[in-house]
Amino acid sequence: MFYRENGQFKTSYAADQQIFTIAQDKWFVWGLIAFAALAVPMLADEYMFRAILIPFLVLSLAALGVNLLVGYCGQITLGAGAFMAIGAYAAYNFMVRIDGMPLVLAMLLGGAAAAAFGILFGIPSLRVRGLYLAVATLAAQFLCDWAFLRIGWFTNYSSSGSVSVAKLEVLGWVVDSPVEKYLFCLAFVVVFAVIAKNLTRAAIGRQWMAIRDMDVAAEVIGIRPMFAKLSAFAVSSFFVGVAGALWGFVYLGSWEPAAFSVDRSFQLLFMVIIGGMGSIMGSFFGAAFIVILPIFLNQFLPFLGSLVGVTVSTAGVSHAEFIIFGSLIIFFLIVEPHGLARLWSIAKQKLRLWPFPH
Amino acid sequence: MGFFIETMLGGLMTGMLYSLVALGFVLIFKASGVFNFAQGAMVLVAALAMARFSEWSNAALGGDSLFLANVIGIIGAGAVMFLVAWAVERFVLRKLVNQEGATLLMVTLGIAYVLEGLGQTFFGSEIYSINVGMPKDPVIMFEGLVEGGVMINKEDFIAAALAAVLVGGLTVFFQKTAIGRALRAVADDHQAAQSVGIPLNKTWVIVWCVAGLVALVAGIIWGSKMGVQFSLVTVALRALPVVILGGLTSVPGAIVGGLIIGVGEKLSEVYLGPFVGGGIEIWFAYVMALIVLLFRPQGLFGEKIINRV
Repeated sequence: MFYRENGQFKTSYAADQQIFTIAQDKWFVWGLIAFAALAVPMLADEYMFRAILIPFLVLSLAALGVNLLVGYCGQITLGAGAFMAIGAYAAYNFMVRIDGMPLVLAMLLGGAAAAAFGILFGIPSLRVRGLYLAVATLAAQFLCDWAFLRIGWFTNYSSSGSVSVAKLEVLGWVVDSPVEKYLFCLAFVVVFAVIAKNLTRAAIGRQWMAIRDMDVAAEVIGIRPMFAKLSAFAVSSFFVGVAGALWGFVYLGSWEPAAFSVDRSFQLLFMVIIGGMGSIMGSFFGAAFIVILPIFLNQFLPFLGSLVGVTVSTAGVSHAEFIIFGSLIIFFLIVEPHGLARLWSIAKQKLRLWPFPH
Repeated sequence: MGFFIETMLGGLMTGMLYSLVALGFVLIFKASGVFNFAQGAMVLVAALAMARFSEWSNAALGGDSLFLANVIGIIGAGAVMFLVAWAVERFVLRKLVNQEGATLLMVTLGIAYVLEGLGQTFFGSEIYSINVGMPKDPVIMFEGLVEGGVMINKEDFIAAALAAVLVGGLTVFFQKTAIGRALRAVADDHQAAQSVGIPLNKTWVIVWCVAGLVALVAGIIWGSKMGVQFSLVTVALRALPVVILGGLTSVPGAIVGGLIIGVGEKLSEVYLGPFVGGGIEIWFAYVMALIVLLFRPQGLFGEKIINRV
């Protein structure tokens, strides 16, 4: 009744081609951003920021990057964790080695370094597809795990192997309280989400999707596979690299290579699958789901156990987490291959017709 | 020289063990076109079941007959693997007939998580041991050839022999028997196989059972070498470059790939490692596989990949 495009007439091409063609969508997203920027800092407490909101924002940025590659260009990657690590360590090195390096610039340069490596490890994608490619990206993962552990130069020869950033400062604004960290991440995520949305609407995004749907056919109609695939790797790795820098600098503060292990890569891939492949919104749903589920299970399972008189141990909870994670992945792939984002769009479709059934 | 041969033989033995895990990958891929990421989890579950069933049977019967305990353990673990195969077919694969390879690949990641969780919930998550009475003492060989001879574990020999027997058996099974041919037909095309009267569901249960048994053998050998623990899952990640190198559709490829990777890893670690800080074996295998991929996308022994629009 309230959510429909009736009466919203487009009188110019620009108006017809905007991101949200329905005014209600536009207001909803503006409202969401305003809520996240203004209301959440007042409502949430410190635990919320540290345990849920900051990791959610950073991981949704990373999931967004992975989604560009997996969901839009159809190239499976199991090396996202490696590109997060490259982003984090490159940004760290820019900060440490260059005096007066601005924080944001260092992070973007970290992303650029990740993009360069993304292109390098994307080269096999020109020859191989599907799971062969997954193995090629795993090579990036193990190489990075090793390099950041064993080559001292990357960690500035720190004796413990862990690196840390002393002070986060942007143009005189010191980012130290959880609220400020949250807002800092939020700014990054909003800007990058807009970039991602526009990229996927533009020529380059359409090329990626053509490659995803059928690469041989895309080549026949004049899309250069090399450019399309490598650009997808570069853009995706850039996003993931910036997310890695945020993860290290803002969320962890000081970190070791284990923070970006192969488990992280799998986790990011799951976010994309559960959230919805080929959907910007889906990346956020997936990240929210995977960040919140373990916290929820940790609280909920012992409670459930106490109801039926069984004590659920910590190990039991972590095993249950494995089972529920795995089952959900199977469930989504069978029942809803387009993930939570698809449910969202079905709900919107229903809302347009409501209260009439047809 | 003696040291070189020893390193190389050590590499060959490790490679044989990788081959055992890689064999599981190849089997399922050959017969259903699914790349089974859950193979590592299957090895873990099989080894856990084996260790726990033999432990429980010892406790229940009160005896300490190693043979009886092991037989009960193997039967129990085999039953568990059958159950896994049946459940995977019934609840997962049956619903995903004719889906793309990538979807099936990701679904096996989900299966891996479920198996890891269930296995540890039922069988516990401590470190257990498997004792099938394999001799652990080393033997000295080639004394005439090199000075001082070369030291090898007897256990490794038995493992290698077992792997060889398995490979021989499986090759015959795939090439000569009716079921083997049916499995290959299913791998080529689900629909076409069904239309000539091959029961899809039954063949899938069979092949997952066979892969489960291979996982059991791998689990027993790895488990008796390094104890049954959660890190067995990572064995799958070590065996991945092996299948890529050897070719996904080739049983002999899994063996040759395993040997190449095993030897390459050990030699690189010993001779190249000291220069770059050590610990290079895991990525060295992957880089080797990557280089092969760039020149021969189908692996050394794989069937040529043809893309059709």
